Amino acid sequence: MSIASKLKEAMVGLKAGRVTLDYPAQPRPAPANFRGRPIFDAQKCIGCAGCANNCPAREILVFDVCQEIRILKYLGRRCTYCGRCADVCPEKAITMSHDFETATNKIGDIQQRLDLFMSTCQRCGRCFKETSPLEQLKLKGYRFDDLANERWIFRSRAYLETEPVVDDIKIELD
Amino acid sequence: MLKNLCQKMFGRSLWVYHANSGGCNGCDIEVLNVLTPYYDVERFGIKLVGSPRHADVMLCQGPAMRATARALRAAYDAMPAPKLVFAIGGCACGGGIWHDSYPVLGPVEKVIPVNFYIPGCPPRPEAIIYGVAVAVGLVDKKVAPVEFKQLDLPIPRYHPADLRGRGEMVVYEKAEKI
Repeated sequence: MSIASKLKEAMVGLKAGRVTLDYPAQPRPAPANFRGRPIFDAQKCIGCAGCANNCPAREILVFDVCQEIRILKYLGRRCTYCGRCADVCPEKAITMSHDFETATNKIGDIQQRLDLFMSTCQRCGRCFKETSPLEQLKLKGYRFDDLANERWIFRSRAYLETEPVVDDIKIELD
Repeated sequence: MLKNLCQKMFGRSLWVYHANSGGCNGCDIEVLNVLTPYYDVERFGIKLVGSPRHADVMLCQGPAMRATARALRAAYDAMPAPKLVFAIGGCACGGGIWHDSYPVLGPVEKVIPVNFYIPGCPPRPEAIIYGVAVAVGLVDKKVAPVEFKQLDLPIPRYHPADLRGRGEMVVYEKAEKI
């Protein structure tokens, strides 16, 4: 490399100026169609659990304490911000925000929990219309996701108190 | 306390080791994007090193897999004592969307202790810089757990007492959501 080419390179560098962002000091908003963390609106939510049934990462847990109260818990650990929950929500209670600064030292910081009132259906107690008969069989009635261990439990298996449905996989280290 | 300890221990420069234990490469690309002159994380003194023996910080991408869990643990053990682990991306934080499949053991924290989490799939380069700034102590974290409780039914119950005559029409007054 000759000195001339080095000088030319220096000139290019001087012409471009400073390109580095001053990010944590200056805010940098996300683009308009960016999907960030979903925000749940407890005032609009009717507790149909459509978001929980459609979440590909199974990050929304539903637990029925009793007939009147349903707990909906969004964990957000492995959420891919795909927006399917916001798409499927009939009441538009879920909005995909532009919030991406979710770095934290406790993973529980990103979770959202809704305690919802549920009305009682006079005919059958609780029923929600699903698309296919198989889905109706699977997801009718109460849901018992494991809130303590933050696990989604498939309804078609019986929930037995004596033996856990999902067991931790044992990790073999050396 | 952890923040003070970090500032004291790590001073001005963090040397990072970049470990992918079975991710899809998306988070790797974002981490490399952070090291480019546009985002330029070297202004915080962060430098990428090739060996865990030289590193202060391990950046984990991808879930702990059946095949790589032992190697990840060995890399963690090889790092010298004041060490931080960042879990970057949804796989490292929570196991990814294939969390229940055969080769995936789960999040990285099942194998090694994790200090900072940066969720996202993949996280934006700004999100990674924000996580680093939280760890170094430049900014405060923004997220906190949220709990909502409905105090009354969202759909108002029908009460005939709320019917009001208005001219020729009879109007139900609390009909916001019906």
